[in-house]
Amino acid sequence: MLADKDRIFTNLYGFQSPSLKEAMKRGAWDGTKYLIDQGAGWVINEMKASGLRGRGGAGFPTGLKWSFMPKPDPARPSYLVVNADESEPGTCKDREIMRNDPHLLVEGCLIASFAMGAHACYIYIRGEYIAEREALQRAVDEAYEAKLIGPNNVHGWPFDLYVHHGAGAYICGEETALLESLEGKKGMPRMKPPFPANMGLYGCPTTVNNVESIAVAPTILRRGASWFQGFGQKNNAGTKLFCISGHVNKPCNVEEAMSIPFRELIDKHCGGIRGGWDNLLAVIPGGSSVRCVPADLIIDCPMDFDSLSKLRSGLGTAAVIVMDKSTDIVRAIARISYFYKHESCGQCTPCREGTGWMWRVLNRMAEGRAQKREIDMLLDVSQRIEGHTICALGDAAAWPIQGLITHFRGEIEKRIDQYAANPHMEPLRIAAE
Amino acid sequence: MTVRRLAEKQPASFEFTPENRAWCDDQIAKYPLGRQASAVIPLLWKAQAQNDYWLPQKAIEKVADMLAMPYIRVLEIATFYSMFNLEPVGKYFIQLCGTTPCALRGANDIKAVLEKRIGEQKHVSADGNFAWLEVECLGACCNAPMVQINDDYFEDLTPDSMNKLLDDLAAGRPVKVGSQIGRTASEPEPGKSTTLTDATLYDGSVVGAWRTRFDEARAAEKALAEKAAAEKAAAAAAEKKA
Repeated sequence: MLADKDRIFTNLYGFQSPSLKEAMKRGAWDGTKYLIDQGAGWVINEMKASGLRGRGGAGFPTGLKWSFMPKPDPARPSYLVVNADESEPGTCKDREIMRNDPHLLVEGCLIASFAMGAHACYIYIRGEYIAEREALQRAVDEAYEAKLIGPNNVHGWPFDLYVHHGAGAYICGEETALLESLEGKKGMPRMKPPFPANMGLYGCPTTVNNVESIAVAPTILRRGASWFQGFGQKNNAGTKLFCISGHVNKPCNVEEAMSIPFRELIDKHCGGIRGGWDNLLAVIPGGSSVRCVPADLIIDCPMDFDSLSKLRSGLGTAAVIVMDKSTDIVRAIARISYFYKHESCGQCTPCREGTGWMWRVLNRMAEGRAQKREIDMLLDVSQRIEGHTICALGDAAAWPIQGLITHFRGEIEKRIDQYAANPHMEPLRIAAE
Repeated sequence: MTVRRLAEKQPASFEFTPENRAWCDDQIAKYPLGRQASAVIPLLWKAQAQNDYWLPQKAIEKVADMLAMPYIRVLEIATFYSMFNLEPVGKYFIQLCGTTPCALRGANDIKAVLEKRIGEQKHVSADGNFAWLEVECLGACCNAPMVQINDDYFEDLTPDSMNKLLDDLAAGRPVKVGSQIGRTASEPEPGKSTTLTDATLYDGSVVGAWRTRFDEARAAEKALAEKAAAEKAAAAAAEKKA
């Protein structure tokens, strides 16, 4: 188990005060000037060497992302945008950072902006997080007051930090949709290229990073890339916040070393699976967008990017959704399908039409009111949506369904058989919505 | 995607209070010159907060005028983002998270309570107090099931605590925001945690401790340089001797 002294988020549960004074006692804002004095090149190299992979879901190396920013140009100022639009079902880690340890994030914003030559940073927080937004704003105000950030701060890098908020659209967690929303438009993803590093916010070079990726940066720089590398398997370095929800005895957020086996994670922190390990049905290991994994495959699997992608699933945001044998798995995935139907921005036809279509079919399958050949048809349609949209929402809508059909086809067939043997008395009503 | 339309009955006018107007100006100042459209979501949100949590057409037009945006651009934002309520929602607007992680922990039982007590979704109760809506993931999955009532999260609910919450709100009694089983945040058990128990994390002893890494590196560098210099000197001396 990860030792307490190696944890980055020491106030994850809010047992201590989030105020600047207390945060400094826990080690935030400690020697920030010293780190900045080492130079932007050093910061980026150290981040690259640490092996930190983005914590927002895709797992792109953070240091490498920072190095893509072009040289500062007065006509086109660079921006850092922090993605705090945490909406992936199952994920609730950034919320705890923002309300309990906000100073780690504020300090991270300064250091990251310095490393990529940005003098302004926007934090885009989801609209529903009202208390969290206020907590974060308090931390920003404290930092301004103490001259830690601001146009004339003690660190010698003029820097402004603004908290911006959304209004309830999952799609704004996609980086280009987030930028559109921040510019005051509907959150519809942009085509890439051009990538945000060249043409981002207001047409200027922009890097978009997840809250957790930014908030861990100061501690990594202080304690060293090799310290961070010391956790997890190769290419999956560091510590990670896991959000464990669903059918465990004690759902919780916890910071653990990467590559911790699933069983250990659940037994140590969550008091085991509800009804014991034999009662485990399946796990969605990385937020609703990844494919579910049945019990026998996940139990001893290390929780990291590469091990889970070998199971054709993914670590995503490390939002572990646990389902025991009482779960109606078809209905659970159908509910996720409804989520994507609801959150599709409507820009690309395969996603706009396909998400609703898949949800309706899956809903019928949950009742058994379907034909067996429709299972293959559903799989086929999901593959036609996957990869044929501007952003990854189409993929994210297709994967849970593909996971369901791969691992639980028998369950769907069983229902169809049961329904066929005992048909509903009412006439079928299938609307051509 | 969902179809969202403006309410049929609309107030005749909308004006920000002077206080909110000043707040709006502060928001607009956060963005670079000529990019005032960025403030559209915060401004609409303020307008909604001022207008009993729903957004009338006049408010949308007002915000468009303030930001020099065409009405249609602001209207499409008001209809795109689901947190803008386009119809009246009652004094307490309850948003129930119904997405899978909450559903696994019993959101459907909470839904049954709301249906029984308040009635159908999107309808204000007869006393004008409540309206409810099933929404998508609100990002408090470790504290499922949960609802958001106006600005506040109420977590770790059971049908009993949801009933009690509704009773208390209707009677005007104070309610406890956050976890209803006494958790501070998302720790495994109320007030208890499997991690972060090391007292040295909180007594200030971590401050500056990391500097030794840099000091050691520098000392090692210095020692290496000195050693190289000494060797060089020794070699030079040996050469001289020869």
